[in-house]
Amino acid sequence: METLVFQGLIGLSLAMYLWLISAGLTIIFGVLGVINFAHGSLFMLGAYFAFTFYGLLGWNFGLAIAGSLAGVALVGWVMERWFLRALYGVDEAYQLLLTFGFVLILDDAVKIVWGGLFRIPPIPAFLEGSWSVVGRPFPVYNAFIIAAGVAVGIVLWLGFEGTWWGKTVRATASDREMANAIGVNVPRVFSGVFMVGAMLAALGGALGTPVRVASPGLGAAMIIQAFVITVIGGLGNLKGAFVGSLIVGVLSAYGTLRFPEFEMFLIYLIMAVVLLVRPQGLFAR
Amino acid sequence: MAADVMHAGAQARGGAGGRVAVGALVLALMLLPLVGGRYAQYVAIQVAILALFALGFNILFGYSGLLSFGQAGFYAVGAYGCAKLLLLKPSLLFGVIGGTALAGVAALALGVLCIRHTRIYFSMLTLAFGMMIFSLALKWRDFTGGDDGLVGIPRAPLEIPWVLSIDMASMGRYYYFVMAVALLAIAVAYRLVRSPLGLTFQGIRDSETRMAFTGVPVRRYRLIAFVVAGLYAGLAGALLPALENTVTPPVAHWSTSADPVLATLMGGVQSFAGPIVGAFLFFMIKDIIVRFTEYWLICLGVIVVVLVMGFRGGVLSLVEGRWRTRRRVEVES
Amino acid sequence: MIPVLLEAQALRKTFGHLAAVDNVSLSLEPGVLTAIIGPNGAGKTTLINLLTGLLLPDTGTVRFKAEDISRLPAHARVRRGIARSFQIMTIFPSLTVQENILLPALARRGRNHRAFARLEGEGEAFGDAQEILGEIGLWEQRDVQVRALSHGDQRRLELGIAVATRPELCFLDEPSSGMNPIERQAVLGLIRKLSAERRTTFVIIEHDMDVVFSLSERIVVMNRGQVLADGTPAAIRENRAVRETYLGTEV
Repeated sequence: METLVFQGLIGLSLAMYLWLISAGLTIIFGVLGVINFAHGSLFMLGAYFAFTFYGLLGWNFGLAIAGSLAGVALVGWVMERWFLRALYGVDEAYQLLLTFGFVLILDDAVKIVWGGLFRIPPIPAFLEGSWSVVGRPFPVYNAFIIAAGVAVGIVLWLGFEGTWWGKTVRATASDREMANAIGVNVPRVFSGVFMVGAMLAALGGALGTPVRVASPGLGAAMIIQAFVITVIGGLGNLKGAFVGSLIVGVLSAYGTLRFPEFEMFLIYLIMAVVLLVRPQGLFAR
Repeated sequence: MAADVMHAGAQARGGAGGRVAVGALVLALMLLPLVGGRYAQYVAIQVAILALFALGFNILFGYSGLLSFGQAGFYAVGAYGCAKLLLLKPSLLFGVIGGTALAGVAALALGVLCIRHTRIYFSMLTLAFGMMIFSLALKWRDFTGGDDGLVGIPRAPLEIPWVLSIDMASMGRYYYFVMAVALLAIAVAYRLVRSPLGLTFQGIRDSETRMAFTGVPVRRYRLIAFVVAGLYAGLAGALLPALENTVTPPVAHWSTSADPVLATLMGGVQSFAGPIVGAFLFFMIKDIIVRFTEYWLICLGVIVVVLVMGFRGGVLSLVEGRWRTRRRVEVES
Repeated sequence: MIPVLLEAQALRKTFGHLAAVDNVSLSLEPGVLTAIIGPNGAGKTTLINLLTGLLLPDTGTVRFKAEDISRLPAHARVRRGIARSFQIMTIFPSLTVQENILLPALARRGRNHRAFARLEGEGEAFGDAQEILGEIGLWEQRDVQVRALSHGDQRRLELGIAVATRPELCFLDEPSSGMNPIERQAVLGLIRKLSAERRTTFVIIEHDMDVVFSLSERIVVMNRGQVLADGTPAAIRENRAVRETYLGTEV
């Protein structure tokens, strides 16, 4: 019983990284209609930037995170503004291929800049240690991650429902031409959304670094999981992505306990079943 | 506008030139083992394998408009299937044909599910199924050998019972076998795209709605295209085990699915020879780049970005109108 | 000759709270060139979509030559002799003019699946295509890529593709839309000719009243998803309800 609860909490913290990367991916799809293959690479970049600022340069933790977000936002802006934007009228397949090209570039670029080894920055002092949960040591950092993930969820929800910018984005997502007709600067909205999505991925990577290693293969590993989650939750569905992340995160945690052999297959099977039976996602309205 | 009309005419004239080029190419391939060493033959085989893989992919993508990210799944079924068959009975044809057939069956089974959707959902479905096959290859130790894969696969002799048995141990012999198979498969594909079926595929790509309103059950034809692509992927995979004597899980990974996509993009999506030319370019470029730097993926990425941004027709679109899928169709009287 | 070619009964299709087609019943007789008119949003295109199989009705039935086709997919209806053209051009843009007509010609003969036959060998289909291209006046441009055609020529091609399956019933959704007066007259002349020569019954959605009143033998007026009036051009002209809601005092 204790194992179940404990593993569930581990799964919850894992789910939060997944949530951060999936949120960005699903928002970008929902508004721009693009599946950003490079999203995993942006996550990875966030991890590397955080490692550099916090681990190598010794910046304050908060500052390092902020720096990481800024760096990845810049990369995201370049990608969208100077490349993706030119392809909006063209067959979606080419947009996908473009983002795939960026995966190749970014994945190798991190090797060039940071070398091929794993990078693990230390956990900031105020988040070290562990709490006793059901008789086991549960890392404080994991609790922090869970809190951060939930906080981001709340901020996003408030942002999209409450603020003027959020409403503009939702209008653009549901009808691009209409939004354009009423004066919304659609290209600028697209850029903004892409950058927000990128920053979410970066946040996931940056927060994840003390626990998950920053390595060149990280991007590829994360993107696949993000795909599964956004499909389960529904492409473009933010709440769905949150629940999907919980499902995949907790299932992974239990899976590694009980059926390590099956876990991978099971996750893809769920993705396939959702696509077949309810392609708009389990949580579509 | 006039350019398009010109192209139509140019293609008719390009026919004869095309035949000469193909003839020269076949001749060059025949002579390769005499001038090139073992390594050249090895690379040529790999080019042929990728060419077949990409050719099938493009029948699905360039001709029918369906972008699949899971072709590596069928490539793997072909590879593992052939390997298992060769380990069972060391006869090359048995393994290659068997592996291909197994891939075809897998494509049929999964295709029935995949083609119920289009566009992004189709692509995601193919990705999911491809990765399911990958996870089987990786984790099902008892059957697939897990991450060690299958080893000790013999380069079995080419046997037709009671007719002939040719030993295939030398690279040269296997090279000729692969080239023969590849040329045959390319000829079949060429015939297919120039047939009513090929035109129907293109109609589906251009407008599924209009296709339905000509009285054609579109879903069925999407499935046919999917199975054809799966067969070619399986054939390509089946040629692999005897070459390397081993098959490992990466053949099923989605990054392997990317190879035919990139090759086709490089050579040209809208042309028959595009995937073939692209396969050749892919290896050539890789070979050149790798001599200068180990970071060849970033170069590949840059090439992809450049192609997608400016040269979506690939290299062959720069060679105006000769090898296009668009051509003047004249009825025989 | 069968008295009724197509019969629709109590067709209803809603999108959310909007009933695009609301309890529509209609009978189409062979050989009677019919026009469906009505203001934008009246449900004309939705009705055609229901009759041709692009949409399935919520309730109601469609019978074609006494067979219930209410839930048949589009391609099955085409095989039974129904065809259509679209308001938004639905042709094969990257193929040539001839190939656009070849595809329905091949389909009519059940030859699409032939994988190892050379396309050039399909003499019968080519013959059909030649005939149709001649009728619609696009034979000279048969090798031109459709994308390169003028708008008017593309519309003619759309018409050609629709009749290439030799349908008994052919729906044309705004066949002259976007054309200048000369092109319009040409297309209408074509429809008139095809209607007279073939055994195809045409049903057209049109906005141009001159076209409607000169071409059709029967007019169905729709408004807000329902049939407002149904009769000969003379009767419709006199119909007060129609004049108030749609025609105004122009006619």
